[in-house]
Amino acid sequence: MNSVEIQDIVKTFGSFVAVDHVSLAVAKGEIFGFLGPNGAGKSTTIRVLCGLLTPTSGRASVNGFDVARQPEEIRRTIGYMSQKFSLYDDLTVEENIDFFTGIYGVPREKRAERKRYVLEMANLTERRNALTRTLSGGWKQRLALGCAILHDPPVLFLDEPTSGVDPLARGAFWALIHDLSETGHTIFVSTHYMDEAEYCHRLALMYRGKVIALGTPAELKAGLTAHSLLNLDSSDPLDTMRALEGLAGVLDVAVFGGGLHVTVDDVDATSARVRQRLAAQGIKVRKLEQIEPSMEDVFVALIEAEERKAA
Amino acid sequence: MWERIFVILRKEFIQALREPRMRVLLFVPPILQLIVFGFAVNLDVDHARIAWMDMDRTPQSRSLRDRFTGSGRFDIVSAPGSEEDVQRTLDRGEAEAVVRILPGFARDTARGRETEVQVLIDGTNSNTASLVSSYAASIIAEYSVEVLERQQRIKLLARSPGSPVSMSVPQVTARSRVWFNPDLYSRNYFVPGVIANIIMLVTLMLTALGIVREKEIGTMEQLMVTPVRPMELMLGKTLPFAVVGLLDVVLITVVAFLVFHIPLHGSFLLLLFCAVLYLMTTLGAGLFLSTISHTQQQAMMASFFFSTPAFMLSGFAFPIRNMPVAVQYLTYLNPVRYFIEIVRGIFLKGAGVDVLWPQMAALAAYGIAVVSLSAMRFHKKLD
Repeated sequence: MNSVEIQDIVKTFGSFVAVDHVSLAVAKGEIFGFLGPNGAGKSTTIRVLCGLLTPTSGRASVNGFDVARQPEEIRRTIGYMSQKFSLYDDLTVEENIDFFTGIYGVPREKRAERKRYVLEMANLTERRNALTRTLSGGWKQRLALGCAILHDPPVLFLDEPTSGVDPLARGAFWALIHDLSETGHTIFVSTHYMDEAEYCHRLALMYRGKVIALGTPAELKAGLTAHSLLNLDSSDPLDTMRALEGLAGVLDVAVFGGGLHVTVDDVDATSARVRQRLAAQGIKVRKLEQIEPSMEDVFVALIEAEERKAA
Repeated sequence: MWERIFVILRKEFIQALREPRMRVLLFVPPILQLIVFGFAVNLDVDHARIAWMDMDRTPQSRSLRDRFTGSGRFDIVSAPGSEEDVQRTLDRGEAEAVVRILPGFARDTARGRETEVQVLIDGTNSNTASLVSSYAASIIAEYSVEVLERQQRIKLLARSPGSPVSMSVPQVTARSRVWFNPDLYSRNYFVPGVIANIIMLVTLMLTALGIVREKEIGTMEQLMVTPVRPMELMLGKTLPFAVVGLLDVVLITVVAFLVFHIPLHGSFLLLLFCAVLYLMTTLGAGLFLSTISHTQQQAMMASFFFSTPAFMLSGFAFPIRNMPVAVQYLTYLNPVRYFIEIVRGIFLKGAGVDVLWPQMAALAAYGIAVVSLSAMRFHKKLD
């Protein structure tokens, strides 16, 4: 049985279509990533799945329970971490844990063990009496995850759990998520950090309410093989961009870090043309080589294709 | 179910007692209001300042003057000599009233002819003006009765034997006796009313703010995806304030009794029971406000929007009988009105259930209605 099944879900707010005919399924134990820019409809979809919002049309189920008809059954079997840190700042770490333990109705005999597990997992055993507001972003985020899994839910919804957290803490957080997945938990996580996509088993790219691509990270990258990607490091990126505009064989030029990513159809022929054109303009080429597309390249290419379709 | 309510209660108390601002908010307003209504606000007119303009200057006019000063209600602060002086005295507010005795006062009274004493009252404060007017009128009336009696006596003594006596009809004068608050202290009237006011303030606003705060910081969304039931959440969020409200009732009653010597003629237990009925209405209204507000500012404005008219139209300070008829009907929708009547009935009249049951029934009906209405609106959805 799939942990999450979505069939043709639509959610509108007035005339605004936040989620536009989305269908997908997530298997048990999977880490399913929901990628997309802010406002793409990721949070709305997650809220529909948690029973916080009623879908305008379509059907969805979580752990076999229908989101529209059985929201209470769903709430007993999921953990949810919202975008915003939503524990009580004016309670201590332990008071927050005790509060949610009581709210979830964790059986008494399991309480001590769950508390110890969460404190160890979040590495907060020594700071259990600290006021939550005194914790740094990474600690807070791990405590929030801990409070969401106190009742050991089979499915976890994490809505941009790593926003505003430093890279080191983000790495540690993803390690926790992998541990949970290995013990059979299904994790449905949204993010707008492209590099985090690589940690997921499967991904959906969401843009303007629609899922525009669905698959494993490798499958999504393979979808770009019709084109090749060149990494170009030149003396003047801006002038280079202008120089390459309209050059035969160059499909797209995008700024990437300090250099440029150039999408081409034929690597060898176009590379030669690029060198020629830049030499004619007096721009020095420091490096020009073919590279593997990153998730961000995939995403940018897909969105541009989508925009061209719309236009 | 009880376990969840208990953990929410425990959390509320930890948060309320840890936050210094909250502690202040819970216990300072009751004490402040008690001080204001117990000591400062006073509608009684003692030692009203008046100006005395005697244009007759006779023993009779001086005797009337002695009655004014001897009553303890009036202090004569000046004696204007001219019309301009009178005008200036009232304009500057140096005196609340000017009593003017016209020339020929003694002569006319001696002849038994009708005469007038003018009392010019500064009406800017209508409450003071009406009290000054009635005090002055009663002093003057007493004086005139006495003058009349003396004249009758003289006639009786001076009659020639056998001649008929023309006695005027015996005068009927109204002698009012005030029950329940014989000294007409406005303090006796206000301080019990403070209970109604404080409970509304504490419960309505804090409930609304407490719930909306959780919406703002996002914990409400977190709670909505847990198995907690709306009823558990509602009870957990309102019971702490119900407890605080009842503590305030005890606090105010003790202070009213010991410090202000307000008599408590009725049953304290009945008072507490009625306070619970009243709390249902204010907590229910607070819950309702929280379901229509998204931010704490909105909740604050909404609770002012409710509590200010509720206070004004409760009969706490302004008698409902003096309001336009349409507004009088409107006050039947106001829970504060019923509780004020109950509180004053219990404190000052020693009234029991046999008298107060209509008000109690109204509060119970109101409470059930508003709590059910909010319960219907209070669901675990964001849309």
